[in-house]
Amino acid sequence: MDGKTAAVQMRDITKSFGSVKANDKVWLDIYKGEILALLGENGSGKTTLMNMLSGIYYPDEGQIYVDGREVVIRSPKDAFDLGIGMIHQHFKLVDVLTAAENIILGLPGKGKLDIKSVAAKVREISERYGFEVDPMQKVYDMSVSQKQTVEIVKVLYRGADILILDEPTAVLTPQETDKLFAVLRNMRDDGKAIVIITHKLHEVEELSDRVAILRHGHFVGDMPTKKTNAGEMTNMMVGRPVVLNIDRPEPKNPQRRLEVKHLTVQDEDGVTKLDDVSFVAYSGEILGVAGISGSGQKELLESIAGLHRAEGGSIIYVDPETGAEEELIGKDPRDISDMGVALSFVPEDRLGMGLVGDMDLSDNMMLRSFRRGRGFFTDRKSPHKLAERVVEELDVNTPSIETPVRRLSGGNVQKVLVGREISSAPTVLLTAYAVRGLDINSSYTIYELINKQKARGVAVVYVGEDLDVLLELCDRILVLCGGKVSGLIPGRGATKRRVGLMMTKLGGGTEDE
Amino acid sequence: MNNGKVRVPLVHISRRSALPWYKAWAIRGIAIVLALIVCGILTTLLTGEDPIQIYISMLDGAFGTSRRIWVLLQNIAILLCVSLALTPAFKMRFWNIGGEGQILAGCLATAACMICLDEVLPNWLLIAVMLVASLLAGGIWGLIPAFFKAKWNTNETLFTLMMNYVAIQLVAFFIIIWESPVGSGNVGIINQQSQAGWLPMIGTNRYMLNVLIVAVITVLMYVYLKYTKHGYEISVVGESERTARYVGIKVERVIMRTMLISGALCGLAGFLLVAGTDHTITTTISDNRGFTAVMVSWLAKFSPIFMVFATFLIVFLDRGASEIASDFGLNEAFGDILTGVILFFIIGCEFFITYQLHFRGRHAKEAAENV
Repeated sequence: MDGKTAAVQMRDITKSFGSVKANDKVWLDIYKGEILALLGENGSGKTTLMNMLSGIYYPDEGQIYVDGREVVIRSPKDAFDLGIGMIHQHFKLVDVLTAAENIILGLPGKGKLDIKSVAAKVREISERYGFEVDPMQKVYDMSVSQKQTVEIVKVLYRGADILILDEPTAVLTPQETDKLFAVLRNMRDDGKAIVIITHKLHEVEELSDRVAILRHGHFVGDMPTKKTNAGEMTNMMVGRPVVLNIDRPEPKNPQRRLEVKHLTVQDEDGVTKLDDVSFVAYSGEILGVAGISGSGQKELLESIAGLHRAEGGSIIYVDPETGAEEELIGKDPRDISDMGVALSFVPEDRLGMGLVGDMDLSDNMMLRSFRRGRGFFTDRKSPHKLAERVVEELDVNTPSIETPVRRLSGGNVQKVLVGREISSAPTVLLTAYAVRGLDINSSYTIYELINKQKARGVAVVYVGEDLDVLLELCDRILVLCGGKVSGLIPGRGATKRRVGLMMTKLGGGTEDE
Repeated sequence: MNNGKVRVPLVHISRRSALPWYKAWAIRGIAIVLALIVCGILTTLLTGEDPIQIYISMLDGAFGTSRRIWVLLQNIAILLCVSLALTPAFKMRFWNIGGEGQILAGCLATAACMICLDEVLPNWLLIAVMLVASLLAGGIWGLIPAFFKAKWNTNETLFTLMMNYVAIQLVAFFIIIWESPVGSGNVGIINQQSQAGWLPMIGTNRYMLNVLIVAVITVLMYVYLKYTKHGYEISVVGESERTARYVGIKVERVIMRTMLISGALCGLAGFLLVAGTDHTITTTISDNRGFTAVMVSWLAKFSPIFMVFATFLIVFLDRGASEIASDFGLNEAFGDILTGVILFFIIGCEFFITYQLHFRGRHAKEAAENV
């Protein structure tokens, strides 16, 4: 292919987990001086494939060639020795150490640690590619994007020529994403081979030179990014045509349903997480909450659901039938959920809150309903039916209802969680990161579900990471910045740039900044 | 192209997905057979005795006479009772290694009632009071660490362990008070004449009642864990405390309630020991069952039904080992060696049920030329 040299060639790679073939005879070429976007739905085997390249899994069959030489990668160390470095979604940094200390952690060296020369080398790498990193800064003082930068520099410091980034933009603001892309382009121009795994097609179009697509563990094809478009990529991923539109009907008959007044919340260490937050959520509308991760989104939802103690302020719930107002602060979480306030929070590890990994689908459905059983005993029949319904309606890919949810792929786990919350027919639906890490097809299923709830007259509070979606889906957007309300703007007509600025600076500063 | 040597690892390990139950049991069966073979070889090498004779002697020790069978059943009943008691706690991932102390608390309460209320209450009422007292005593002994865990998140492992020593010292203290005859350093048989507070015999069988009570508890515990709201809450708290809080389960309350039950059942085991079999109290009356039961509970993966088999195995090995020691004039330790080997295989085979080994395959070289 036009004079490019292959950095990595993967041939006939097969990897099974029990009876499931995660990868089936996959061929993949990664070229030097090129950014490859690896696409596929959830559970299509992207991460498995890359994990085999970075030494986390060992393939059952197939060969890997690096620079034309067949290699065996048994451990992450083998991968490093071959110049392959992977930047995972979850950062692996020691908080109390500085950037430079984290970067040399685990590297062999002489008896005495010469942190100055390390710092110098880190600066040299940073200048070369345009990173902004202070080698002497402690990790706990860093923002998410700075931590990511340290991870990337760490990999480069170890001499990686092949970089794999697993959903690098999931936690970044648009401005930070732009910076990251600039750096990646510099690295590409320097001759590095870069693979990024992402679900955001507009990023693929913006950044990558070539796309490779996996579907159900099979390699479907690859092509230059210029010669394709979002529609075609989606069709290849899903295997059939998909319409990429999010509906946003006008709210019907909005009524005041939830009013948060001057809410102030602290975490266990006494750090203020929410500072004088006020807003109203109406029935039949979707209120988006935007903000850099850790700006108080979690505390906001948990306070409403009664799971987090509020220091001050009030949360008023208006009963849809009687119009009676009730104060939620100080109420038991169980009573709040009985009133019709449902919370589905998808944490980073997807399982930690709301689902029990080792239990099967039916038992997980029971988490919400088990108290309704007669007397002392649980009712197992209705959760089982509910599980069957959710599996059918949301097209959950599972061997059976009796499969522990831990065995399902991330997207399917989320469908189970969101499906259960929606099934409780709530009047207020609080949902956070509902599509975290989900592929296009599943994401749209979830958006549809949320829109259906909106049409039912539910007040939806949607905390999301993807600004494009927030802008398309939400009727109004509440922007949080450091625990304060930076602004509350209509979703129609809002621009990504405006919201991005409001996320980083209270009020968003001046428009023409 | 470079055709240098490619080092495919000889073996690599991967996790299995679910294994059908019959395969899992086949693996366990093979493990037991292998264990017996290894034990046989060891026996011949170390003692020169015929391994077949040793196994026969083991079986004889456990099943040889009807009295031996009843002793076996009685031992199974008590160990099973303690294992069942600890199971809800462990299922909740509450490391209750205070079974010893909770049993002793139950023993102490039972003995105290027998000694102090003898001739005060009619026999049936005395037994009822003893039962309630032992349940309460064990329950409180379990509740104390749970309360501190729930309120201040103290470490339950250390706490329950320390509570064992407190219980042992308490028992030692009361043994001095109740000493009979004075100066002997032990309590002797309580109410030997009146037999007040002794659990009644069924027919001529002294242990039958114990066995029946524990059989009923086994079924109740199975139902409790599997079909009740409490049992469900215990599983959720054990698997993910955060999820439990998210769905509005009061984790503190579940911890305290479960430990109350766990301790109370240990107390019941103490009641059965004092009132049903021993009719006396010593500091070593529980014979480390509080710890052995931890192993039983995990070995059975918290299933009351499997627990029956697991206790049978442990008690059988124990009885068999002491029989070998006396029959062949071997050191007691030899029986322990055999027990150790068998347990090693049984626990070790779980690895092969969870993981799969892949050996260096044929496919490694074939495609090399294609590049």
